[in-house]
Amino acid sequence: MTDIGGALGAAFSMIVHFDRDLAEIVGLSLRVSLSAVFLATVIGMPLGAALALFRFPGRAAVVVLLNALMGLPPVVVGLIVYLLLSRTGPFGVMGLLFTPTAMIIAQVLLVVPIVAALTRQVAEDLWAEYEEQLRSLGAGSGQALVALLWDGRFILMTAVLAGFGRASAEVGGVMIVGGNIDHVTRVMTTAIALEVSKGNLALALGLGIVLIVLSTAISLAAYQIKEATLRRHAI
Amino acid sequence: MPSDVPSPPSVSILPLEARAVSLEAGGKRLIKDLNFTLEAAKSTIVLGPNGAGKSLLLRLCHGLLKPSAGEIVWRGTRGRDPTPYQAMVFQRPVMLRRSVAANIDYALALRKVPRAQRRNLIEDALHRTGLEHFARHPARVLSIGEQQRLALARAWALTPEVLFLDEPTASLDPNATHVIEQVIAAFDAAGTKIIMTTHDLGQARRLADEIVFLHQGRALEISTADDFFAGPIDASAQAFLRGELLWRTPDP
Repeated sequence: MTDIGGALGAAFSMIVHFDRDLAEIVGLSLRVSLSAVFLATVIGMPLGAALALFRFPGRAAVVVLLNALMGLPPVVVGLIVYLLLSRTGPFGVMGLLFTPTAMIIAQVLLVVPIVAALTRQVAEDLWAEYEEQLRSLGAGSGQALVALLWDGRFILMTAVLAGFGRASAEVGGVMIVGGNIDHVTRVMTTAIALEVSKGNLALALGLGIVLIVLSTAISLAAYQIKEATLRRHAI
Repeated sequence: MPSDVPSPPSVSILPLEARAVSLEAGGKRLIKDLNFTLEAAKSTIVLGPNGAGKSLLLRLCHGLLKPSAGEIVWRGTRGRDPTPYQAMVFQRPVMLRRSVAANIDYALALRKVPRAQRRNLIEDALHRTGLEHFARHPARVLSIGEQQRLALARAWALTPEVLFLDEPTASLDPNATHVIEQVIAAFDAAGTKIIMTTHDLGQARRLADEIVFLHQGRALEISTADDFFAGPIDASAQAFLRGELLWRTPDP
């Protein structure tokens, strides 16, 4: 109990005193995860919508694979990106290992399957409703894909939120490819892991509380936007 | 006013010809050996009980379904793609999750109508269907009757040469049905060829110039509305007209 009381005190004092290190860590966490989610959305949504629209041999296998990849272990993704970016790896010359860019790459790989799989589900339902009308109006596949994503955009916020949840919560990927270097690649989850290993449980829990509050605030904002628009459009 | 009337293309894509058209799905023959020619300037009503294949027939003609055998031929295309000359209104209106005006705008954008012309076309279509006050409303909050009017407005803006309607008033009350029929009459007056399904005999009498009677996937009788309602030759059609068959449950 004293740990939890101390943690709350630590979290409160960090926020009140606006600890510079904390601000830096929070800032980098948000930068990495939001960039990763943005890129994963740009990649994953058209991919998911295309899977909903097109029938091709092996489609079922791709859908199953995509669903399975939603549960990809972050540590494994981290390891793969590490191997690709390490000095001896194929992209070693770019010198990206232990940089925020490497962390973004790892998180993009983690989030794309989530965004794509959830988008496919939403787009497939919408396509079932729209298909005949859009074909009647003469929409090509590309135009239909854009219409599905545009008309599904409010429901699809859920997919983006799920992706953000995964990105901001994972520690294995960013730890391996980022290295948890102070002032360079230290984010909230790796900082928590470090403080736990140092025995600073109160500080670790304080950081955890800040992380939870942040992601809750983002979820809440997204939820309210989504609900308001869904009601307005009677979806 | 010239802008009130969709201008038919100088050369019509009609007549529409079905040549030995059949459709099979799941081992069943749903449409059997259809042969007919539909000319311009006559409203064709496809009549028949539920399950006769009326909706399938419309989808085959509109190109949403491919026949398993035979072919659908637009004899007047002269090499043109017939799709942009057609529009279809479905039994359950499909509304995009956008405003009323944006629903029409989207259809016009797909037909590559320049943005500058779209505004007038949208206004005219909304005016035609009595929806001008709903332009900025999200389409899906409209009542079903209003949604069906918007589906017609969307078709109106496209100035189609041929308009397919699949039981457009099946789920509507008499008031809403009346409004829809008025808009359909306006299409007819503007020179659009109407091809519509219904199982409502009264509606068929009000709108038809020509009847295609469909039963169990076969076109059993194709005749002018006058001849058909004076007394069809086919026995099932006679029974259908008398309202005797089991599939027409009598009103209590």
